Amino acid sequence: MGTTDDMPDTAGSEPPEGSGGLRVENEIIAALVQPFDAVDVEERSYASSATTYHAITIPVADWVAFARNARDTGFDTFIDLFAVDHFRDAPRFEVTLNLISMSARERILISTRVPYDDPSVPTLTGVFAGANFYEREAYDLVGIDFPGHPDLTRILMPDDWVGHPLRKDYDIGAVPVQFKAGSSDL
Amino acid sequence: MAGVAASPGFLMTTVEKSVNWARTRSMWPATFGLACCAIEMMGTGAAHNDLARFGMEVFRASPRQADLMIVAGRVSQKMAPVLRQVYDQMAEPKWVISMGACASTGGMFNNYALVQGVDEVVPVDIYVPGCPPGPQSLMHGILTLQDKIMAGEIQRSTGMF
Amino acid sequence: MSDVTENGDGIAVDDDTQDEQTGLSSSETRRKQHEIWVSGTEERMPFAKATDEGSQELLPRDLDPALDIQRGVVVEDDFVVPERIVDEERQIINMGPQHPSTHGVLRLHMELEGETVRRVKPIIGYLHTGMEKTAETLSYSQGSTNVTRMDYLSPFHNELTFSLATEQLLGLEVPDRASAIRVLMTELNRVASHLLFAATMGMDVGAVSMMIYGWREREVCLDFFEKTTGLRMNHNYIRVGGVAADLPDGWEEQVVALIKKVNDGVDEYEELLNENPVFLDRTLGVGVLTPAEIKQYGITGPVARASGVDWDLRKVAPYCGIDRYDFDVPLGKHGDCFDRYKLRMDEIRQSLRIAEQVLESIPNGDYRNTDPKVTPPPRARIDESMEALIHHFKLFTEGVNVPRGSAYQAVEGPRGEIGAYIVSKGGAKPWRLRWRAPSFAVVQALPAMMTDSLIADIIAALSSTDPVLGDVDR
Repeated sequence: MGTTDDMPDTAGSEPPEGSGGLRVENEIIAALVQPFDAVDVEERSYASSATTYHAITIPVADWVAFARNARDTGFDTFIDLFAVDHFRDAPRFEVTLNLISMSARERILISTRVPYDDPSVPTLTGVFAGANFYEREAYDLVGIDFPGHPDLTRILMPDDWVGHPLRKDYDIGAVPVQFKAGSSDL
Repeated sequence: MAGVAASPGFLMTTVEKSVNWARTRSMWPATFGLACCAIEMMGTGAAHNDLARFGMEVFRASPRQADLMIVAGRVSQKMAPVLRQVYDQMAEPKWVISMGACASTGGMFNNYALVQGVDEVVPVDIYVPGCPPGPQSLMHGILTLQDKIMAGEIQRSTGMF
Repeated sequence: MSDVTENGDGIAVDDDTQDEQTGLSSSETRRKQHEIWVSGTEERMPFAKATDEGSQELLPRDLDPALDIQRGVVVEDDFVVPERIVDEERQIINMGPQHPSTHGVLRLHMELEGETVRRVKPIIGYLHTGMEKTAETLSYSQGSTNVTRMDYLSPFHNELTFSLATEQLLGLEVPDRASAIRVLMTELNRVASHLLFAATMGMDVGAVSMMIYGWREREVCLDFFEKTTGLRMNHNYIRVGGVAADLPDGWEEQVVALIKKVNDGVDEYEELLNENPVFLDRTLGVGVLTPAEIKQYGITGPVARASGVDWDLRKVAPYCGIDRYDFDVPLGKHGDCFDRYKLRMDEIRQSLRIAEQVLESIPNGDYRNTDPKVTPPPRARIDESMEALIHHFKLFTEGVNVPRGSAYQAVEGPRGEIGAYIVSKGGAKPWRLRWRAPSFAVVQALPAMMTDSLIADIIAALSSTDPVLGDVDR
């Protein structure tokens, strides 16, 4: 696995305009990020394999437009959408979308970061119908708000649950195990 | 389930024994397979390890027609009220086998999402350890339950624990 | 269950505002709308709670915001039974989490018009185990035990996904023999899983004897797993760096016998079901999913291939050297239940073909990477060498140290693409494990498959997609 810095200087295209001078070897990915600013692209390869995929980071303002553009340029298969809580690394939450282009045999992971005091990412249900349950899960477990989602309710926890379990400040909730001959204060 | 009946005499003792014998030899389980243990429960009912030879001919889907509930799998917070409701719908006499580590104590998942042992929700007669317990362990648990019933007495449960 | 943060609250779940006139909170008002089949009864034991899931359930038409999703018309509308309306004639029925045909604890809330289903809302979460949170407390060598219980019908695939993602982060190479063993075990797992699919689908559709037959062959596979790994299910065998132990003596004969037995068994099942008029009536043209729906909902695996979408990660993004073996990927045409069933039977045969090739060509060598920072040294070495003792100690008290980074790796499981995304901030435990569950996408697409068809069809459709709720809920 390597970043774009480690890639050998083969005959790649000139850094395209509007992407901050980023040099992306893969032409499909280069075309994808070309209309957008402030994009970060990293290429990674699978374990013991030559297959690679790209991890792209974009600002949240471009979220829907990038996803729609990706869908229209061949990345039409929705695979996954989830959130990560980075806790002390601000901005705190990261939402990632995983898409596949079956025709080009490429996979991309598109990420965006949102801060703790405004954890809202516009909904992708208008772009991919499959984002529905995944956004509900991200809301339920991490607490990300998806304005525009038709039915943003809890999905895995009971309806009246309080708190978002996958956040780092939510305790695991372990019950102390009592041993017969030991002390029970853990 | 513990209750002491008044000493009934010779005739009633024989009746009691035959009733217990009949109950153990035709216990019908309710399908309450939740997770991986359910697969092993199905395997126990299949041809290789046959549960029907113990009288458990069919797994009834409706709890009203079942007298044994084998809680096979992990019980989450959302599922606990459902479990209690299915238990309440079963008619007396009824027994519960808690199959597997997750049903007995929460298993390897000591966290917010699971009920740490199904005996927080329903009264359990037999705990079968394993993750998942193989068909032989489950059958041992069922046979132990049969012994337990044979040694017991006819009684009416009050409906509380 | 406290949500204590440094500077106050997290996001509120429900702004339970009080209604001035009735004095009820908003969630209570929503609950009162249901007149039919409310699960809590009047005379309740004091400790029995109602099983009402509030806003997660199907609400009356004028209140429910997600009507189009529940009617399955979002991507394409291939409806079958024309509407006959009259709103009062429609009934909201619950197909509860405890049900013989829901393949686990799936709850379906349906609006029925006679025998026709008009709206469907799957309610999940009855098996939520907090596995992703548990993974943050377990080290990478313990991770396999947690992950293997997610999709409990394909434990080897889960372990493989987790191990590959960790190896991607570590930049670790796995010896060829270990990769071959991994391929053998995962392909036999696929066989066992599809046999169980055949058993449960047969039973759901009415061929109850299939339940017994399917298990007969599955026991042969489980026997081999028990001999190799020690357990029939949830093996914790495929670990970071390779596998836990080498294949036992005499495994070749056992695999040869297994291949023969399972092939004969599948011949019997196809003879039983493929031209059975009742089976065909119940599965042909039922529960159709179009390729557009497949791509929008993110469905992969046999369900996608049955609709003609040619995508198999074993061919497109091969892992563990599986491209060395010669096998076909069966493809369906119509996307109905029969195609999904037939495709899985063909996949069993292809997996057995791979197993045969592994048998012939398995290389000698190590069954795991012997890097002492990753794999504990053999027990005998601990008596001889100080370094071995120290490495053993560090690995079992602390765990494998994985550098910062994040990695995604996917394998082709029996239900589709199983993916693990691990975020590591250094140290022995993952910061976040995200599991991409293949059945989650399928459960989401159930309204698209089930609406405007009959109740009998939805049972066949559901069982043909073979969801595993352990995966959906994690």
